[in-house]
Amino acid sequence: MGEHSVLVELDDPAAVHRLRAAALAAGIAREVVAGWRTLLLTGDGSPGQLAGQVEQLGTVTAAAVSGRHHEVPVHYDGEDLSAVAAACGLSEQDVVRLHSGATYVVVLLGFSRGFPYLAGLPQELSLPRRATPRTRVPAGSVGIALDQCGIYPMASPGGWQLLGHTEHPVFDEQREPPNLFDIGDTVHFFQVG
Amino acid sequence: MGQLTVVSPGPRACFQDLGRLGRASQGVPRSGAADRGALRRGNRLLGNEPGAAGIEALFGSLVLEAVDETVVAVTGAPCAVTVDGRREAMDVSLRLRPGEQLRCGAPTAGLRTYVTARGGFAATAVLGSRSYDELGHIGPPPLVEGDRLVVEDAAGGQVWWEPVPVAPPAAVPVLRLCRGPRDDWASPDALALLTSAPWTVLPQSNRTGLRLSGPVLERRAGELPSEPTLPGSVQLPADGQPILLGPDCGTTGGYPIVGVVRDADLDLAGQAAPGSLLRFRWA
Repeated sequence: MGEHSVLVELDDPAAVHRLRAAALAAGIAREVVAGWRTLLLTGDGSPGQLAGQVEQLGTVTAAAVSGRHHEVPVHYDGEDLSAVAAACGLSEQDVVRLHSGATYVVVLLGFSRGFPYLAGLPQELSLPRRATPRTRVPAGSVGIALDQCGIYPMASPGGWQLLGHTEHPVFDEQREPPNLFDIGDTVHFFQVG
Repeated sequence: MGQLTVVSPGPRACFQDLGRLGRASQGVPRSGAADRGALRRGNRLLGNEPGAAGIEALFGSLVLEAVDETVVAVTGAPCAVTVDGRREAMDVSLRLRPGEQLRCGAPTAGLRTYVTARGGFAATAVLGSRSYDELGHIGPPPLVEGDRLVVEDAAGGQVWWEPVPVAPPAAVPVLRLCRGPRDDWASPDALALLTSAPWTVLPQSNRTGLRLSGPVLERRAGELPSEPTLPGSVQLPADGQPILLGPDCGTTGGYPIVGVVRDADLDLAGQAAPGSLLRFRWA
């Protein structure tokens, strides 16, 4: 991809996580960026050289990376809560119980201001994105789409189904690193107010 | 330390340096000057580090007044430059005396004009850069009328007082493309059309990307889970109209990337004005 990068396709977020850890440990790339089922590596040489180094990594067993755990308070007052409940054939309370009953893993920090993409959404809540994206989703909104859950770090357009919001800041540009979560961290949501 | 006052920022003027490199894994866009060559040239003229922060003025039309004596340079999209009404050249060091006004007109070609100052602008760095990120609003906010801009003391580099010859921008720039990781999502005809058709830059374009209009490029239906992007990526949404990602693009996206513009040609994209044409060529 481009002049110095390789995009590696993998089976699932766990495989991305393992390859990322191996690539970081081996120091083969200047930059390693996780996607949901892809990993982008950028080095100084050609994509071919980098791809060769990635293949060698296949034999390296990535050490288990233990992330931190985060408890995130959520007000389940999202605009799509009732629509999600109806589409899933559940009550609103069931949606809240399922969403706050799961433990999520941070798969990637992307888009802008480190939008955290979380895996672990219960299958019962899996829905497509909204047919028409909203032109403005407020910062702190907790949304779901397909098998993903996320927290909007800033007000932006967005097509995810909104279940609620949190005042927990997931990105602070004055902090180093600016992200509250790191890839591999676990997240649990609990209901407030 | 010297100071300049913003008399008029024009349609949009913001600080840019060479960006927040190496932070894509944190979900922080690269940002930085859309025409890095123009910023570097301005800094080189003034004896600055190549990545010192300069002002990126969209559609030019920037007016600054020197509070103290300062040495500045104007580079990038060609425009009429005056100091207190005197016509001055671009791509050369200019001395501003206290009270003198530097005025950049609207560009006669291109889109972004840069003003650099000897010593560099002392805007507050955020996450290691003074660049303003138009998508995530990271970095010093765009300039507004009345802002006092502080210029750092020069570190001692040599000022270049002779004009540097710069080729005028091409009427229709040709951007070299590497194959993208999802080029199989576009039909062979679509990939051929991508490099044979001229593309019109739409007015919805900004630092996050250029929206292009031209023949509809056929692609496979479906959606990809979010995957990493790079500035210069050519994405192909379902409507078949490509998007060329810019310096403030999201670090991940879901549209298939069918090509990636070579790094050296990104400056051409940074100068592509709405309504202008550009072409791609496989390289």
